[in-house]
Amino acid sequence: MKSFRGFVIKEFFHIFRDYRTLLILFGMPVIQLVLFGYAVRNEIQDINIAFVDSTNDHVTRQIKERIRASSYFNVIGQLPSERDIREAFQRGLIKEAVVFEPGFASRLAHDGVADIRIVTDATDPNTAKSMQAYTASIIAHYQRDHLGSTALRIVTESRMRFNPELKSVNLFVPGLIALILMLVCALMTSITITREKELGTMEVLLVSPLKPIHIIVGKVLPYFVLSFVNVVTILVLARLVFDVPVRGSVPLLLAECLLFILCALSLGILISSRSNSQQTATMVSLAGLLLPTVILSGFIFPISSMPVALQLFTHIVPAKWFLIIIRDIMLKGIGIEYFWKETLVLAGMTLILMTASARSFKTRLE
Amino acid sequence: MRTLLFILQKEFLQIFRNRAMLPIIFVMPVVQLIILGNAATFEIKQIEMSVVDRDNSLSSRQLIDKMEASGYFAMSSYSVDGRDTGEELLTGEADMQLVIPKHFERDLRTVEPATIQLIFDAQDGATAGVANSYASTIISDISRHVAIDRVHLAAESEVSRRIAVIPANWYNPNLNYQTYMVPGILVILVTMIGTFLSAMNVVREKEIGTIEQLNVTPLKRYQFIVGKLLPLLIIALAELAFGLVIARVLFDVPILGSLSLIFALATVYLLVMLGFGLWISTFTHTQQQAMFLAWFFMVVFILMSGLFTPIESMPEWAQRVTLANPVAYFIKIMRRVMLKGAGFGAVSVEFWALTVYATLILSLAVKQYRKVSA
Amino acid sequence: MKIIEAQRLTRKFGDFVAVDAISFNVEAGEILGFLGANGAGKTTAIKMLTGLLSPTSGDATVAGFDVYSQPEKIKKSIGYMSQRFSLYEDLTVAENIRFYGGIYGLSARQISTRRDDLLERLDLGHARDDRIRSLPLGWRQKLAFSVALLHEPRIVFLDEPTGGVDPITRRQFWDMIYETAARGITVFVTTHYMDEAEYCDRISIMVDGRIEAIGQPADLKKSFDVASVDELFVRLARPVQA
Repeated sequence: MKSFRGFVIKEFFHIFRDYRTLLILFGMPVIQLVLFGYAVRNEIQDINIAFVDSTNDHVTRQIKERIRASSYFNVIGQLPSERDIREAFQRGLIKEAVVFEPGFASRLAHDGVADIRIVTDATDPNTAKSMQAYTASIIAHYQRDHLGSTALRIVTESRMRFNPELKSVNLFVPGLIALILMLVCALMTSITITREKELGTMEVLLVSPLKPIHIIVGKVLPYFVLSFVNVVTILVLARLVFDVPVRGSVPLLLAECLLFILCALSLGILISSRSNSQQTATMVSLAGLLLPTVILSGFIFPISSMPVALQLFTHIVPAKWFLIIIRDIMLKGIGIEYFWKETLVLAGMTLILMTASARSFKTRLE
Repeated sequence: MRTLLFILQKEFLQIFRNRAMLPIIFVMPVVQLIILGNAATFEIKQIEMSVVDRDNSLSSRQLIDKMEASGYFAMSSYSVDGRDTGEELLTGEADMQLVIPKHFERDLRTVEPATIQLIFDAQDGATAGVANSYASTIISDISRHVAIDRVHLAAESEVSRRIAVIPANWYNPNLNYQTYMVPGILVILVTMIGTFLSAMNVVREKEIGTIEQLNVTPLKRYQFIVGKLLPLLIIALAELAFGLVIARVLFDVPILGSLSLIFALATVYLLVMLGFGLWISTFTHTQQQAMFLAWFFMVVFILMSGLFTPIESMPEWAQRVTLANPVAYFIKIMRRVMLKGAGFGAVSVEFWALTVYATLILSLAVKQYRKVSA
Repeated sequence: MKIIEAQRLTRKFGDFVAVDAISFNVEAGEILGFLGANGAGKTTAIKMLTGLLSPTSGDATVAGFDVYSQPEKIKKSIGYMSQRFSLYEDLTVAENIRFYGGIYGLSARQISTRRDDLLERLDLGHARDDRIRSLPLGWRQKLAFSVALLHEPRIVFLDEPTGGVDPITRRQFWDMIYETAARGITVFVTTHYMDEAEYCDRISIMVDGRIEAIGQPADLKKSFDVASVDELFVRLARPVQA
């Protein structure tokens, strides 16, 4: 037991002496949190648009004023004619043009109807859809207030539950926790173990009185502690800086994080026992773990929008289950009775991975 | 010149012999393109809707039918009693709850406006926002028909004035998300190849010690660097060509602009990223360190590139930061040239920005890469 | 004829003086053994002489070229084999030869005749298309030495060339060194094996950045009154290590 303690202490020293790795371990989560909190947003805001309005009468001026006043759009000016839209789109100067038909007010007065064309640069379909919806609703409000013809007969009251301000950071923080845990636990552990193999120090450890289980636990323990510290850091920062809520039980949240950490660590050990060089370990971890965690877990892209084949594949991505669980706890504030199934799946995966990694580590020793 | 040929020959031999690298260079990008192209979508296919219909009238059922007929909403549960605890939102069985109050039909026929409630699971704020705008559009449509019907019923003679809104979606009329994402993913793929391989390649020579041997030969600094970077440039361009074929054939993404313009701009861009990788290799000692640094920068570059989320949505300071991000420039270029058929004039600002960037980063890297330590 | 001339050659790293005003000459065709404990400054001295590192002060010429102003000319006239392995493990024997021949500017014909020549001398003809990785260490070292001589340099620097090699290969390696010197090529060799030092024409012993002794092994043994170079080395180097 004493030799085991010495071994663990040595592992901690390894990590703390390598300031580059430390920087990655603690700097990366903070920077990513800041990026996701401040910079990576998909709210529609200040989109550049232009008007095409050859008449510029009192009606079009009023409508333009309304559009200008909204926070969705940033009006960069007038285009002389519809033909100039193409050029402006190609240069990326604007994403939408609002085109009033010539003689707008007089047509409206005499014929009872006047056209507004909302031309969007639809290369980004989501933004295009939203821009269109917002512009149309501004015009609809104008109609109701000034033309009075189509009073709204049905009033909708929309309520946004779990995230009333529609902040994307609320959605991303749980995913970020999963990503960081994968990075620290799986990637770092697999690298540190293969490194000992490459350097030949693993053999020295194996002929020492330490039991194989002690070696694994000793290697993994520092990362276990570090990743837990990381989770707490992210949660505290997210709470203080971005006001991300933790509505459910904090102990339950931490317990689920521990489960996921165990799962990721087992994955790391499994990868390291199967690969002989740091390079292979890194590549397998990046391609096999980090990419699915980012892309196929529901972190950024909703799983329900994916093709069925990919949706089926997401079932074997541990991060998917973990994300459902911590979003439930943090944003919905509900208890284990709602996600015991997901917890069970994650626990099952962890058990299988642990057994597999223990077995492959053993066979390697014989 | 002859010396260069010998280096190129050696580099190509080494790249094609490296069993660990080959699949990463040639298989992974394709797999990534296919998976990312299918998975990276914010497109909202179907919103699961649980309905609490307290009115249970003809009008309320018409409203529900109209919502379902739009194709965006699917009813996951229906109840007429008063329960609206939002249980379905908690369990995740529904994305949205529609609550129609009692007397909905009566209100529609009288002067009172009828009120309905929409409750969204807004964890994903963007999706909830879009779902809300779908629902509002459908409902205001119904609302207008009701109003027009009333006008007819009352047989009022006054002609109503209205503004007709005609939407037009250019470049992507079907609002296909893949059309938007695939050009951006192509950028990421060539970027990864360029940066990672150039960083690792030079550091590898350091690690195995052959760089020391090269340093005592008459090999010139520029010869070494050109010899290292040129093969990677060729590989990355070949990969881009291959990726464009996949984009066209598999994802049906249009390529409206000129191919030669795409490749010319890609070359300038790759010079930036190769120089960047080379720069990383000058102050790292192991492939591991180089990997991590390259990875770290990549994550920041990609998140700040406008690939997933529009740059316009970022706060002012972040938008200014993206001006220093080469990935953001090339994503803009690819989307404009491929999807909008932009010519050189429309991307000249980005071209010059990349040219300046390439000059700066390459001279910095070459300066840092010293044969003789001072 | 003096092929290397060094006058008060000094290199500092910050406050640390790695090489402290060393002065020595090397005659053409001579085998100079460059001895010293780890960290005595041998590698720094070699780096300055091969143009990898510029000196802080002092003067030196190598093959008639100045180390400050003509490092590129020096590089053309020297061969170098480092203590770390210098051939590409993932390339074959022939490919390594072609690559190094190419960057020294040899013509295609020169490369192929010298390659065949070299393979025959080392009796490695059968391994021509084998990857370096698959060769035993001893062969690799002999091959690396031969490759360093491919462009027929006037001086060859060998930095601990026989580390980790078995005694028989070590003998063969020294036979190659003798042959090289016999062809008029100067050999500048560092080593930790004191028996190898006895084979050198002259040896120099560096301690703490300074050359404490330089001369023929026999003369040095006589003047310091010791039985072997080993004893001499221990006597000179001990004060530092204590």
